[in-house]
Amino acid sequence: MSIPRTLIRYIPTAALLALLSGCDTIVMSPYGDVAKQQADLIVWSTILMLLIIVPVIALTLLFAWRYRASNKAATYKPDWDHSTNLELVIWAAPLAIIIALGALTWVSTHQLDPYRPLDRIGEGRPVPADVEPLVVEAVAMDWKWLFFYPEQGIAVVNEAAAPIDRPIKFKITATTMMNSFYIPALAGQIYAMGGMETQLHAVINHPGDFEGFSANYSGHGFNGMRFIFKGMSEGDFDQWVAKVKSTGDDLSRDAYKVLEKPSEYDPVRYYGSVAPGLYERILNRCVDPGQVCMKDMMAHTMRHREHEGEGAGEEHGEAHGETHEVHPHSPTERE
Amino acid sequence: MSDTFSLSKLIFGRLTLESIPYHEPIIIWTFAVVAVVGVALLAGLTKYKVWGYLWREWFTSIDHKRIGVMYMILGLIMLLRGFADAIMMRIQQAIAFGDSMGYLPPHHYDQIFTAHGVIMIFFVAMPFVVGLMNFVVPLQIGARDVAFPFLNNFSFWMTVAGAALVMVSLFVGEFAMSGWLAYPPLTGILQSPGVGVDYYIWALQIAGVGTLLSGVNFTVTIIKFRAPGMTMMKMPVFTWTALCTNILIVAAFPILTAVLALLSLDRYLDMHFFTNDFGGNAMMYINLIWIWGHPEVYILILPIFGVFSEIVATYSGKRLFGYSSMVYATVVITVLSYLVWLHHFFTMGSGATVNSFFGITTMIISIPTGAKVFNWLFTMYRGRIQFDVPMLWTVGFMVTFVIGGMTGVLLAVPPADFVLHNSLFLIAHFHNVIIGGVVFGVFAAITYWYPKVTGYKLDPFWGKMSFWCWLIGFYLAFMPLYVLGLMGVTRRMSHFQDASLQIWFQIALVGAILIGCGIISFVIQLWVSYKKRDSLRDETGDPWNGRTLEWSTSSPPPQYNFAFTPQVHENDAWWHMKSAGFQRPTEGFVPIHMPKNTAAGMVLAGLATAFGFAMIWHMWLIAGLSFGALILGTIVHTFNYNRDYYIPAETVSEVEARRTEVLA
Repeated sequence: MSIPRTLIRYIPTAALLALLSGCDTIVMSPYGDVAKQQADLIVWSTILMLLIIVPVIALTLLFAWRYRASNKAATYKPDWDHSTNLELVIWAAPLAIIIALGALTWVSTHQLDPYRPLDRIGEGRPVPADVEPLVVEAVAMDWKWLFFYPEQGIAVVNEAAAPIDRPIKFKITATTMMNSFYIPALAGQIYAMGGMETQLHAVINHPGDFEGFSANYSGHGFNGMRFIFKGMSEGDFDQWVAKVKSTGDDLSRDAYKVLEKPSEYDPVRYYGSVAPGLYERILNRCVDPGQVCMKDMMAHTMRHREHEGEGAGEEHGEAHGETHEVHPHSPTERE
Repeated sequence: MSDTFSLSKLIFGRLTLESIPYHEPIIIWTFAVVAVVGVALLAGLTKYKVWGYLWREWFTSIDHKRIGVMYMILGLIMLLRGFADAIMMRIQQAIAFGDSMGYLPPHHYDQIFTAHGVIMIFFVAMPFVVGLMNFVVPLQIGARDVAFPFLNNFSFWMTVAGAALVMVSLFVGEFAMSGWLAYPPLTGILQSPGVGVDYYIWALQIAGVGTLLSGVNFTVTIIKFRAPGMTMMKMPVFTWTALCTNILIVAAFPILTAVLALLSLDRYLDMHFFTNDFGGNAMMYINLIWIWGHPEVYILILPIFGVFSEIVATYSGKRLFGYSSMVYATVVITVLSYLVWLHHFFTMGSGATVNSFFGITTMIISIPTGAKVFNWLFTMYRGRIQFDVPMLWTVGFMVTFVIGGMTGVLLAVPPADFVLHNSLFLIAHFHNVIIGGVVFGVFAAITYWYPKVTGYKLDPFWGKMSFWCWLIGFYLAFMPLYVLGLMGVTRRMSHFQDASLQIWFQIALVGAILIGCGIISFVIQLWVSYKKRDSLRDETGDPWNGRTLEWSTSSPPPQYNFAFTPQVHENDAWWHMKSAGFQRPTEGFVPIHMPKNTAAGMVLAGLATAFGFAMIWHMWLIAGLSFGALILGTIVHTFNYNRDYYIPAETVSEVEARRTEVLA
C-alpha cells in the first residue's frame, strides 16, 4: 500500500482523536487510583482484542474486494470447504487471546474487588500502616443521596467529601428503589439495595469537585439523583466537617422521616449531628419506632420460641427491649 | 372491601374515563394518526372485499409459509412503533440540556424507553426470527408443514395478542416506567401501583405462551420431520441454528413465565418474593430474569448466524467452509449461553471469584463465535462473490458485529464493567450486536428469501439505499454513545446539565434519522418491487443458484411444498441434486395429506387478550369469564376431529404440470 493511502487511512482516526481530546472522558482519565487501574484495564483488554479484531476486519474487506465476481483473475475453488490446519488456527487464535484475557480478568477482578480493603493509594504508594480508612455510609433515597460520616458524627444530603490519598470505605444501602452508587472519577460503581449493604473501597488522589450519581434507573426522580463528591486536602476536609457541624441541623429519627419522603432535585443539606445508629436502622429497615430490625427478626423468633428473654446478650439489649414493645403485634401488622 | 363494592367496579375494575390520557397532546395526535390510518386501511379492505380472502387464506391458515409471512408483517409494523419510540428519545436527549427540559417529562420519557426495549426485543426481533424459521425451516428439511400446524397458528396469534396489549397501553392507561426488564422493587405494587407494570406482565405472559409453544413445535419438527437421508450432520446450517434456538426457547421461556408469575403474586396478592420487606429479595428476580434474558439474546442471534451462513455460501458460489465446526460452534454457544447470566449484574456485590467465573465463561463464548466469523471469512476466500443486497448486509454485519463483540468482551471483564455498566457504552454495545447482527441479518434474510415467498425479487436499488442508510446511520447513531459512555454518561436520562455532551447526542440524532431513512427505503422497496414485479419475476424458483432444498421447489412454493418428499444424500442437498443432473418428477403423483385451516387460534388468542386486559384493569368478572372461556374453548377444540384433508392427486398433477410449463 502506498504511503499517501496509508496516511488517508489515519485521517479519520486522527480527527476522531482530536474530537475526543476536546471532551472529558472521565472514565478513561479519572482522579482516583481504583478508577485509574480500571481505565488501564480497559486499555489493555482492548489492545489484546484488537490483535484479532483488526485482522478480521481487514481480511473481510480484502476478501470481499479480491474475490468479487468480476475479478476473474482470482482463484475460484467452489468445493474447497475444509482445511484442518486452518481450522486449528481458527479455534486456537481466539482461544489464545481469551486465555490471556481470562488470566487478566481473574487477577484484576480479585485485585479490584470493591469489598477488598485497599493496599495502595497509587502506583508504588502503599497505604501507610497507621492510616485507617475513612468510613462513609451512603444511602440511596427517593431521589437523593444521604451520606453519614460516623467518625465525624455528621450527615450530608447530595454532597460528599473525602481527604485526598486516604482510603475510603463506603458502606452502601438504599431505602426503597435499587440504585447504583457511582463516582466515575473515583472508582467503579456498585448497587445500592434496600435491606442490604454493599461496600466499595476507593481513594481520591486529586482535589476537586467530581460528579457522583445513581447509575441505575430508579423511577421518576432518577434524573436528579446527583451529587458532588469533593476531593480535599486533610485541612480542607476538617474545615468542611466543621462547617457541616456548625451550620447543620440535627438528623433525628423524626427529621429522617421527613427527609425520607420522595423528593426530586434536592439541594445540599448539612446535619451537624445524627441520631445514634440511624444508618444501622435504615439498613435494617427499622427507623420507625415499633419496627423490628431485620437482623433481630431471626433472633426474635428464636427467643420467642424459647419463651423469651433468656440469654439475650448486651449487644441485643436495645433491640430486645424493642421486640418486647411490639410483641403484641405481629411484624406484618405495620400501619 | 364490601363498602367499595359496586357493579361498575366489578365490570370495569379501575378503568375509568380518566384512564384515557386525552390531556397529553403527543398521545392524542398519535392516536389521531393511528385512527385515521386504521380507518383508511379497514375501509380499503372492505372496499376491495378482501376480508373473506384474508380470513380464509391468512388469519385461519395453518400453512407455515403464511404464518411465517404474518410474523414478518407483525415484526415490521412493530418495528415502526419501536423506531418511533427511538427517535423520540433521540430528540429528547439532543435538546434537553441546561434550562431546556426537552418536550418529554420523565413520566412520558420513562414509558418510552421501556416500551422501546420491550417492543424491539419481544415484538420486533422475536417475530422476525420466528417468522424466518417458520417460512424457511420446513422447506429446508423437505417437510410439508411443521409438526403441530394448529399450534403454530395459535402461537402466532398469542404473539399478536401480546403486541396488541402493548399498543393498547398507549391509549388506555399507561405503560410500565421501569426499563425493559422491570426490576423490582421499582415494579412492586408500592412503587408502581398503576397499570403500566401489569400491561408489561400480561403482554409478555401471553406472548410468552406463543413463543414457548412455537419452540416446542420447531424442536419436534426439526427432529422428526426431516426428509429421508437428511441426518443431523447433513442439515442446512440455518436449520441447525433454528434447532438450537428452539431448544433454548423451550429451556428458557418457562423461567420468564415463572418469574413474571412471582412478580404478579407480589402485585396482586400482596406476596413478598421481591419486596424489600418481609423476607423478599429483588436480587432473586434479577438473577431469574437474566437466566432467561441471556439465552434470549442467543435465541435472537443464533438463527441470524444461520442466515449469514446460507447467504455467504450462496453468494460466494462455494460450499460453506468448516460445516462441522460451524455446527459445533452453534451447539457450544447454546450450552454456554446458560452459564453467563451473572455478567448482567457484576455490580450487585458478588465476590471476586463468582464475578471472574462469569466473566471468563462469557469470554469463552467469543471463541466459537470467533470461529464462526472465520468460517464465513474463509467461505468468501477463493469464492466468486456476487454483491447482491443480501451479501452487502453480510459484509456490513461481519465488520460491525466484531466491533460489538469486542466491546461485549470488554464488558465481561468485571472491573471494566464496574465503570461501564449501565452507561451509554453498554447501550452502544448491545445495539451494536443487535442492529449489526439481528437487524442486518433479518434484512439480509428478507431480501434473500423474498423471491421464494412472492415469486419476484426485491428491487436492488432501494435495497442498497436501505443498506447504506442503515449502515452509516448505525455508526453515526451509536459510536457517539460509546464516547458518551466513556464520559460517564449513564442510561435512561431525560435531561443533562453538561453542555459538552450535547454535540454527541446531536450526531446520534442524525444517525437515528438516517436509520429512519433506511426503514423508509425498505418500505419503498417493498412497494416499488411490487409495482415492478413482472420485470423482477423469478420463474425458476432458484434465483440465486441456491444450495438448500427450499430452492428446489417453485416460488412461491405450492401449498404442499414438495410433490414428492426429496431424498437427501449430501450436505447442500439441492446443490448436489443439481450437479447430479436431478430431473423433476412429472408424473405418478399421489394424494397429499394436509391439515385444515381453523379459527381456533384466533378465538383463543382473542380470549387471552380479553383475559389479560381484564386482569390489568382488575375487572374480575370479565377476567373470570374470559379465563373460563379460554379453558373451555381449548377443550372444545380438542374434540374437533375434522382437521385434515387430502389434496387430490389430480390437483397436484395440475399444479406440477403448470410448473413444468413455466420451467420449459
